[in-house]
Amino acid sequence: MNARYEAVIGVECHVELKTKTKMFCGCVNAFGGEPNTKICPVCLGMPGALPVPNAQAIELIIAAGLAFGAEIPAFSKFDRKNYFYPDMPKDYQISQYDMPLAIGGTVKYWLEDGTMRECRLTRIHLEEDTGKSTHAGSGDGRIAGSSYSLVDFNRAGVPLMECVSEPELRSGAEAVAYLESLRRTLLALGVSDVKMEEGSLRCDANVSIRPAGSAELGTKTEIKNMNSFRSVERAIESERARQIEILSNGGRIVQETRGWDEVNGVTHSMRSKEEAHDYRYFPEPDLVPLEPSRAAVERLRAALPVLPAQRFERYTSQLGIGSKQATQLVETPSLGAYFDRVVACSNNAQQASNFVLGDLSRLANETGVAVAESAVSAEHLAELIGLVDAKRINSKIAKELLARMWDGAGSPAAIVEREGLAQTTDPGAIAAFVEEVLSAHPSVVAEFKAGKSNVMGFLVGQVMKASRGKADPALVNELVRTKLSS
Amino acid sequence: MPDSIDIRYVATLARIALTDDEVEVFGRQLGDLLGHVNALAELDTASVSATAQVIESRNVLREDRPAPCLDREKVLAQAPQRQGAFFRVPRIIAE
Amino acid sequence: MEYIEKSAAQIAHDVRTRVRSAAEVTDATLAHVESVEGAVGAYLTVLADSARAHAARVDERVRNGEKLALAGVPVAVKDNMCLDGSRTTCGSKILERWIAPYTATAVARMLEAGAVPIGKANCDEFAMGSSCENSALGVTRNPYDLTRVPGGSSGGSAAAVAAYEAALGMGSDTGGSIREPGAFCNLVGFKPTYGRISRYGLIAFASSLDQIGPLARTVEDAALAYDAMAGFDPMDATTVDRPVEAAAGALREDLRGLRVGMVREFDSAALGAALDALYRAAYRDLERLGAELVEVSLPTAAYGVATYYLIAPAECSSNLARFDGVRYGLRVEGDDVRSMYDRTRAAGFGPEVKRRILIGTHALSSGYYDAYYVRAQKARTLIAGDFERAFAQCDLIACPAASCPAFEFGAKSDPYSMYLMDYYTIPMALAGLPALSVPCGWTTPEGGRVPMPVGLQLCAPLFAEKLLLGAARAYEAATGHALARRPELESVRA
Ligand SMILES: [Mg+2]
Ligand SMILES: [Zn+2]
Repeated sequence: MNARYEAVIGVECHVELKTKTKMFCGCVNAFGGEPNTKICPVCLGMPGALPVPNAQAIELIIAAGLAFGAEIPAFSKFDRKNYFYPDMPKDYQISQYDMPLAIGGTVKYWLEDGTMRECRLTRIHLEEDTGKSTHAGSGDGRIAGSSYSLVDFNRAGVPLMECVSEPELRSGAEAVAYLESLRRTLLALGVSDVKMEEGSLRCDANVSIRPAGSAELGTKTEIKNMNSFRSVERAIESERARQIEILSNGGRIVQETRGWDEVNGVTHSMRSKEEAHDYRYFPEPDLVPLEPSRAAVERLRAALPVLPAQRFERYTSQLGIGSKQATQLVETPSLGAYFDRVVACSNNAQQASNFVLGDLSRLANETGVAVAESAVSAEHLAELIGLVDAKRINSKIAKELLARMWDGAGSPAAIVEREGLAQTTDPGAIAAFVEEVLSAHPSVVAEFKAGKSNVMGFLVGQVMKASRGKADPALVNELVRTKLSS
Repeated sequence: MPDSIDIRYVATLARIALTDDEVEVFGRQLGDLLGHVNALAELDTASVSATAQVIESRNVLREDRPAPCLDREKVLAQAPQRQGAFFRVPRIIAE
Repeated sequence: MEYIEKSAAQIAHDVRTRVRSAAEVTDATLAHVESVEGAVGAYLTVLADSARAHAARVDERVRNGEKLALAGVPVAVKDNMCLDGSRTTCGSKILERWIAPYTATAVARMLEAGAVPIGKANCDEFAMGSSCENSALGVTRNPYDLTRVPGGSSGGSAAAVAAYEAALGMGSDTGGSIREPGAFCNLVGFKPTYGRISRYGLIAFASSLDQIGPLARTVEDAALAYDAMAGFDPMDATTVDRPVEAAAGALREDLRGLRVGMVREFDSAALGAALDALYRAAYRDLERLGAELVEVSLPTAAYGVATYYLIAPAECSSNLARFDGVRYGLRVEGDDVRSMYDRTRAAGFGPEVKRRILIGTHALSSGYYDAYYVRAQKARTLIAGDFERAFAQCDLIACPAASCPAFEFGAKSDPYSMYLMDYYTIPMALAGLPALSVPCGWTTPEGGRVPMPVGLQLCAPLFAEKLLLGAARAYEAATGHALARRPELESVRA
C-alpha cells in the first residue's frame, strides 16, 4: 500500500425488506420458490394494473431511518426511474428521487480491535426490486457471451431499501465493518434477513483516492458484482491499488462502473453508454404523497430495540467484555437480549458471557435450538452463575447441571438442594476422602515419593471421584499435596 | 425555452426504431408542437408550485396482507417466448 | 321504436320486474349488433357467448330477489379496459391478441350492478386521439352520418350507444375523450372528478388525467352508470375515499338558485355563426330554467392544450414502456434484447402513439425536464386556480364541448389541428373537475349531408357530480334536443 494516498469510499446498499407481501401488491414476498409463481397483474406490469404501497414497508424504512438517527421528513413521495430492462416489468422502477423517507443519519461501526467509528448516511429510500434473469448459453451463467436469458418475476416488486453512505470510509476493512454494523442493525430491527447469499443484501462501492490529507475528492469508480463481505473487502483493496498504480504512473482515473472478478481478484471495466443514465425521473402519478404522522414516527421511535452498536459499546466499555466476545454477543439480537437478562440477574458479565458463548452456544449448535429459545431461562442461568460465584458448586458440576437444564431440569439451585450437590468445602470432610484414597493406593503414593510428581493428578482425581465431584478442587489439591509431603 | 428535439436520441431512449422518413416527419411535427407549447413561457410561474396530482389524498396504503397470485400457465401462455417456467428473451448486451 | 332503443333505466326496470329477461334483451341487442356492425364498426370484439352467460346469471340473480340497478343493461366496454378472458387491445397492434387475465374495477362494478357486456368497443390507439381514426384495428363510423368520425378516443363506445348496440357505454376521458365523442354522437358523455372511479384495469394513457365515465342516451342513464362505478377502490391509490352521493335519484327539474358561469375566454362567436347561435340559445335555455348567468374568467385556460401536450405525453412515455415484447403482446425478434425492443415498439405502435412517446420522452429528458415538464405542471396549477376562483362566483360552468361537430374522415390530418379539438375539454381534465357534454342542438356542417349533433359542456367543482348531473337532467328534459333526430341505420341494416 502506498502511504501517500488515501482511499475515499462510499457504499450503496440495497436491502430487501422482510414483509409478508411485495411492495405494491399482495403477492407473497419470499426467497426462491418455483419460478413465476408469485406474480400478479401489478408486479408483472400488466396493462391497467396499479400499485398500492405496503404500509409495513414504509414503517420498516422509517424505523431503519430512526435507528440511524436520520431525519424523517414530513413529506415524501414516490418517483419513477425510467429505463428498459427485461427483468423490470414496467420498464420503470418505482423509487424515490428528491424526497426520500429518511435523510441523513449515522452508522456507528467498530473495527476488529473494538475501535468505534462512524459513517454518515446520505439518505434511505424505498423502492421495488426487479425480477431475476438467468443468462444462458455462455456456459458460466455470465451475461457476457450468453445467447439468451430466462426471466423469473417472483422477486419483482419486493420492497427494497436503498441506503447510501457518504464517502467517509477509508479501507476495505472499514467498509466491511460498516456493512456488518448495518447488517446487524437491520437484523435487530427485523427490517430484513440481510443475507448476501440470498441477495437480500446487495452492495456497490464508490472508490476514489487522493493524496493523504487532501480535502478534494478524486475521480471515483463504482464497483459492482461483489457477492460477499470478503469480496467487498478484496474488491475495494484491489481497486484502490489499481487507482494508486495509475496515479503513481502519471495516469488518470476514468469515471466508470467496474465489475469485480472474484476468480482473478481484479475489477474490470463495464463501461456504459452515456444515454443509459437518462432516467427521466418524475413523480409517480399512480401514487399519492406520503406524510408520515409525527405520532406514527414517535411510536416507531419508542419501539426501537437496543441497537447492536449501543450494545457493543456497553459490553466493552461498561461490562469489560472483550471485542471479540462482545461482537459475538451482538451478532444475534436474541442472544444479546438473553445475555442482557442473564447479566441483569447475575451481575457477573464475564461469567455470563463465558456460559452463553461457551457451553450454551455449543449446546445450541448440537441441538439446533437457539439459546434464547432453549429450556434454560436467563434467570436459571443467572442462578447457576450465582451458585458458582458463591462456590456452592464447582465448574464441573456447573457443566453437568447446565446440560440437564438444557433438557428441561429447571432451577439449578433446586437440583443442588434436592440432590445434595453443593460443593464440599469442609477441610475435615475432604481430609477424610484424602486419607481414604491415599491408603487405597499405596503404590502410587510410593511412586510420588520416588519423584514421579505427575501421579498427583491421578490422586486428586480419585479424591474428587470419592466426593462424587462435590469437593472444592482447589482444596483437594492443597490437601493432597500437604499430605504427600508430610 | 429550447425548441429543437433530437429525434434520434429521444427514439433511442424510448426504444423505438425509426425509419429515416419517420425521423424527418416526426422531427418536423414535434418541432411544430414544441413551438406551440413554448407559449407556456409567457406564463409567470416563478412563484407557482407544480401540480403532479389534483387530488389532495395522502398516505393511501394497503395492509401487508397476502392476496392471490395469477396462475402461471395463464400468464406464460401469453408470453411471446417462454422456456419452461420462464419468460425467454434474446441475449442481453450489457450497457 | 324497437325495445333496444329504450333507456338503460327502462331496461333495468323491466328486467328487475321480470317484464323482460336479460337474456331476451341480450339476444335482441346481439341481433341488432349483427345487422348494423358492418356499417358502424363500433366493436373490436363482440362478446356474444359471454354476454349470454352474463345475462343468464343476471336473470338468476333477479329471480333470487337481487335489486340490480343495471339489471340486463347492455353495455359497450371501451377496449382499454380489462375484462377477464376477453381480448383487450387498446386499439393497438401491440396488444392485438392479448387476453386480459383480470377485470377492471369499474367494469366489475358495472357487471355487479347487472350490466351485460356486449363487446369491447373501438378507440383511438391507447386512447390517444379525438376521432377514433388512430385505432390500428378498425374503423368506427358516426351513426348519424357514416362518412363522419364518431369522435374519440371513446368513439366505439359512443357509436355503439348511439346506434343502439348498447344502452350504456364505458369510456375514458384524459383530455376530452368521453365528452367529445358524446357531443359528436348525440349522447351524454360524462367525466367524473379525477379519483371518483377506479382506474384499476384501465390501460393507462396519462395516469394523472385518465378517468372512466359513462356515455349514455340520457342523463339519468349516465347517472345510473356513475352510481354503479363510483367510489374508493383499494386497488387504486388515487381513488378518493369519500362518500359518493347517489346521483340518479337527485335529478332536477329546473336550475333555480344556480349561478352558471359563462367563460369570457370561451366566446362561442369564435366557432362560427351556426354554432354561436346554438350555444347562445343553450345559455338562454339555462337562464329560462331559472339559472342566473354570470361571467367568469379562466385566463390561463387558453394554455390548456400546451400544458396537456407536455403532461400527458410525459406520463404516457413511461406508462407505455411496459409494451416491450417480454411478457405479453407483440414481439418482433431481434439479435439482442435491445433490437427486439426497438423493433417490437416500432411495429406495435402507430404514428400518433409514437409521436406522443417521443415528445414525452423529450419533455422528461435530462436538460429539458424543468423547461417542459415542470413548467407544464406549474401551468396546471394556474389553470386549476382559475377554476377555483371561477367557482367562487358560480355553481356550474357552461361552455362548448367541442369546437365543431363530427368531421369527415381524414379532415384533420395535421396532428396539431386534431389536438385543438380538445381545446374546451382539456382545462377541466387538467383541473380534475367533473364535466359532461349534453346534446344542445343540431347543425349541418359545411358540405355536410345531414344535421349533426352539437354538445353543451357543463362543468362543476370537484366532487359536485350530483349537482352537475342534476342540472344536466333539467336542461335535457326542458330541451329534448337528443330526440330530434335518429341515427341513419335503416339503410345499412344487413
Ligand atoms: Mg436503487
Ligand atoms: Zn404481485
